[in-house]
Amino acid sequence: MVTAKPRNITVSIFLFVAAIVAVGLFSLSYGQVFLGMGRLVDVVLSPASDPIATQIVYELRLPRLATGLIAGAALGISGVLMQALFRNPMADAWSLGLLAGGQLGVALIVTAAAFAGPAAIAFLTAFQGMGLTSGAVIGVAVFAALMVALSRRVGTIALLVVGLMLGFTVQSLVSIVSHFSNRVGGRVYSGWNDGTFASTTFGDLSFMLPPIAIGLVIAVASAKGLSSLLLGESYARSLGTNVQRLRWQTLAAVVLLVAPVTAYCGPVTFIGLIVPHFARAIARTSLILPLIPLAALAGGLLAVAADAVVHLPWEQHFLHLNRVLAIIGAPVVILLLLFSRSMKGNT
Amino acid sequence: MLKLESLESGYTGSTGVVVEPVSLGLNAGSFVCIIGRNGAGKSTLMRTIAGLQPAISGDSLLEGCPVSAMTAQERAQAISVVTTDRVSSPGLLARDVIELGRQPYTNWHGQLSSGDRDIVLEATRHAGAEQLTAMPFSSLSDGERQRVMIARALAQSSKLMVLDELTAFLDLPGRVEIMALLRRHARNTGKVVLMSSHDLELSLELAGQLWIVHEGQLLYGTSEALISNGVIERVFDNDDVSFDSSQRRFKLTSTSHAALA
Repeated sequence: MVTAKPRNITVSIFLFVAAIVAVGLFSLSYGQVFLGMGRLVDVVLSPASDPIATQIVYELRLPRLATGLIAGAALGISGVLMQALFRNPMADAWSLGLLAGGQLGVALIVTAAAFAGPAAIAFLTAFQGMGLTSGAVIGVAVFAALMVALSRRVGTIALLVVGLMLGFTVQSLVSIVSHFSNRVGGRVYSGWNDGTFASTTFGDLSFMLPPIAIGLVIAVASAKGLSSLLLGESYARSLGTNVQRLRWQTLAAVVLLVAPVTAYCGPVTFIGLIVPHFARAIARTSLILPLIPLAALAGGLLAVAADAVVHLPWEQHFLHLNRVLAIIGAPVVILLLLFSRSMKGNT
Repeated sequence: MLKLESLESGYTGSTGVVVEPVSLGLNAGSFVCIIGRNGAGKSTLMRTIAGLQPAISGDSLLEGCPVSAMTAQERAQAISVVTTDRVSSPGLLARDVIELGRQPYTNWHGQLSSGDRDIVLEATRHAGAEQLTAMPFSSLSDGERQRVMIARALAQSSKLMVLDELTAFLDLPGRVEIMALLRRHARNTGKVVLMSSHDLELSLELAGQLWIVHEGQLLYGTSEALISNGVIERVFDNDDVSFDSSQRRFKLTSTSHAALA
């Protein structure tokens, strides 16, 4: 479908890119150490002349910024897919517990390695990227299948509550599990109770990107079918959509988009839930294809902006990424529940 | 144009057969109303004919082509459907809904050609939905939604249109208008329109042919034939209402009158 307001979308895309560039420059220069524009330019042109600044930019701030962009985009797109697939405006990988599944998958893999002995730990350390990502893939996929099965039995809100409860359950399981695994595998498995974009290197990004890229391709390929599913399953089938195949395809895309993010950044909340609503408001439609670039950009922007707030030169590191996201996200969700036509009085 | 060959509809589970095997043919331009008591199996029959659920045995053929053998896309180009399913997707405009009717013809990402746009406009005009296109679908009234869904089905350019209970939420003038629109569409374009309805009197008036689903059987014929054979009385009469064949209306029976008095 060509969208109702293509010009609206083009302008928004331009504005999003501009905002991302602005926030990006801001978070490259602000932090515990302030780097002015001049020093940033030096870092790019003659890195040897300012080794400290170069190290800060290339080893800390740039990987963090890139991770935030990629993770935010992936979560935003997965939110669009989840809300269309579950026909539920409150669905996303976090709210329906898929991120919790990924977290659990990673925790179990690390623990298994810890108990298997030093050889397994060495193996996991060497193949950290693959090990963590595949653990997350399995966890996200299992929980996704579970939620799909459950969505046939319970309504929108009940599913949401179940998803959030799964999140709490897994948080507890992970703290118990990590208590045992930390003694041996602490290096592999640390800083996991909260989402963060700060613990990834450029090396990690090379593991994160390929699954996300494949997920994006599948997402784009599923867009037409998901648009027909907006009318419900019967209508989608009468329009020639193979609903069964579409379901699996979309879930595969969600898993590929979300699992790497969970593996490297932990459970990043709210982005996937609220970004699709912004995208729909901007595109003035809920047809899927035009929402994908908008959700990717809005998700990326929200992620890097929240991350910039986290890493402002506070006197001590007290703000966590998910706290910042909750300050923005939770009121948005409440407003949606109170004022959105489709959520009011829905069961 | 539409042929049912020993079509038996129902479910494989405990529900079993809903409508026993039936064979019949319909010419191009037919406008058929399907009536029957609640739960008689109208929807099951219609979903089976439309290929939305598999037949237990037999098949429906559209211009000689068995529906069960069509690919999903071929079927979508041949048969359009309007159901009672409530569509509630936030942010979906009426125009989006109508344009989705072109999906069986568009490329992998659903791009509309200028030909598609013309068909959408034409369908919108035919269904009298021009005023609604820019409005969010969820903000429309029941009658307006039905118009949009009909426009979407028209945009699908199908040979067969299957509409389930679509006039259920409409007031009388609304029903007449929609049914007249569908009858005109069938006559003018040579398409076959099957619609189920609870409105027996209106169906008797407007349908070229009536299908009555009753106790697992499909009884069919013109209004005149079904009335003179006494089929209507046999199916619908009970202690409280009886069909008056001379006036083609249902009346309260004398026992019912007595009870009310």
